[in-house]
Amino acid sequence: MISFNLIPLLPEIYLSLAAMGLLLLGVFRGNESSSVISWACVMAAGIAALLLLWMPPERMIVLDGMITMDRFSVFMKYLVLAGVAAAIILSIEYMEREKAARFEYPVLVLLAGAGMMIMLSASNLLAVYMGLELQSLSLYVLTAFRRDSVHAAEAGLKYFILGALSSGMLLFGISLIYGFTGSIDFGLIHSSLSKFAEIPAGAIVGLVFILAGTAFKISAAPFHMWTPDVYQGAPTAVTALLAMAPKVAAIGLLMRLLLGPFEPAAFQWQQIIWFLSAASMITGAFAAMMQSDIKRLMAYSSIGHMGYALIGLAAFSQAGAGAVCLYMLIYVIMGAGAFAVILCLRRDGRSCQRIEDLSGLSRTHPLLAYAMAILMFSMAGIPPLAGFFGKLAIFQSAMTAGLYGLAILGVLTSVVAAYYYLRIVKVMFFEEPTVASLDRGMPLARGLILILCLVFVTGFILAPSSIMATAQNAAAALFPE
Amino acid sequence: MAAADFLINYLPILLFMGIACAVSGAAVIGSLLVAKQNPDPEKLSAYECGFEPFGDARSKFDVRFYLVTLLFIIFDLEIAFLFPWAISLGDIGLFGFFSMMIFLAVLTVGFIYEWKKGALEWE
Repeated sequence: MISFNLIPLLPEIYLSLAAMGLLLLGVFRGNESSSVISWACVMAAGIAALLLLWMPPERMIVLDGMITMDRFSVFMKYLVLAGVAAAIILSIEYMEREKAARFEYPVLVLLAGAGMMIMLSASNLLAVYMGLELQSLSLYVLTAFRRDSVHAAEAGLKYFILGALSSGMLLFGISLIYGFTGSIDFGLIHSSLSKFAEIPAGAIVGLVFILAGTAFKISAAPFHMWTPDVYQGAPTAVTALLAMAPKVAAIGLLMRLLLGPFEPAAFQWQQIIWFLSAASMITGAFAAMMQSDIKRLMAYSSIGHMGYALIGLAAFSQAGAGAVCLYMLIYVIMGAGAFAVILCLRRDGRSCQRIEDLSGLSRTHPLLAYAMAILMFSMAGIPPLAGFFGKLAIFQSAMTAGLYGLAILGVLTSVVAAYYYLRIVKVMFFEEPTVASLDRGMPLARGLILILCLVFVTGFILAPSSIMATAQNAAAALFPE
Repeated sequence: MAAADFLINYLPILLFMGIACAVSGAAVIGSLLVAKQNPDPEKLSAYECGFEPFGDARSKFDVRFYLVTLLFIIFDLEIAFLFPWAISLGDIGLFGFFSMMIFLAVLTVGFIYEWKKGALEWE
């Protein structure tokens, strides 16, 4: 008999119910209610976070091993919920200005959030796929949300085709793993893989396909091709969401897969992750230098950041996993802040996204320019800002694990990446405003998010140990002794 | 290697794939070798009930057909799930009953949405 303990699933169940209820409310009230529904969706994400707070800290496996709830999934789910809530708040005013405010938007974001949360606590490959598809299908629709815009439609189609391809690769990998281990349950895969004296080649091929599928989702090079086009074409509010929550969910899923069922094949996947990490760092650093569009720049920046996060995974240690958790926390907060600034870039009521639009920002909008400068310094990893500590923890874990090559490559690409982050600062502070000044006015909620992000980024140095300890504590749940 | 003994379970699939390849390959290669090949423009043109083909096969048609098809698929799948559920309802008990009720409730939410949005009206 199936156990009916649904308590670990309460946040997901609540989120799905809230999304469906708000969908019905919206369809009866019409598009005028979209800002009310947006705030209701933010509240739903908040309540789901409160439900997470109420979860017991020990590991729980429910629904016949489909779902595992532990401190790691709770930590990552907080990040996802924060990303989802921030993305909705950032979108409200933007969508109204763009005349694209529809009540479906926040509901789809909420459903994507529910999918990501299922991905993060799945302990069965079928549950993984279900969560992944729920998030992906919502994101495809969100990307093409402005269906009257050619760019958004193109971005949506590209994302859909490549996303479907990656899901297919993932499923093919899952079928091979099922064939060679006889199970899709994480625990059973682990025990049958550890029985092999030597992992059979078919299982390794399956592992490679699963890794390729998830590498698409975190946009790690060489599977990053879709990222710049989708980031550029999607409405900026959707780009903000894409840059935050799905990355956390996919990295979390990758960690759970590799440190859980595929832990016996660590020797094999470490090489793959090593390559993905090195390729992403190099692509992120060098390709971003040529960009003139700030959203494309953010896309390459996120590819680079994923490369750094993967170093911690390649280290295959508890300290490394903790460093990844910390890095993702800092990454989400920096991303929310940066997109809060990017969403302010509009001139004569139309949004603009070229880097030269920022020129002379320090004279016309000094506060915005200083905020962006702090965030760029943090992304470049300059002490004493939060971004530095994220990179420090990652490189430390790499050194301890003996991955000297990867650590040196990481430091070198950080230097290259600093060039384009500092270029934005230079454009803002040392270039004459060439074009008409940007529109004034910052919505209160967006300003509040920006201030919170800045406080975190600059104040991280005051209490680094407690935040690091939380991240390490979450990662410890992945290494049951 | 003893640990891979279970792979013998997949032998029928391997045999099936081999036979499928052999049979379909024989059909293609056999007709290529044995049949008399004498193409002319009439033979190569598309066959359309003895008429000259009129117009391109790729004609535009109303996008609403897609919408109707998509909506149909949802309910078609629902029926496909309902049949096995109805037959085994005695064995799966209350748990099975309520699982299907939740599934139907979720689909109903979608149905109300599409109805209110006017997706079911042709004009």
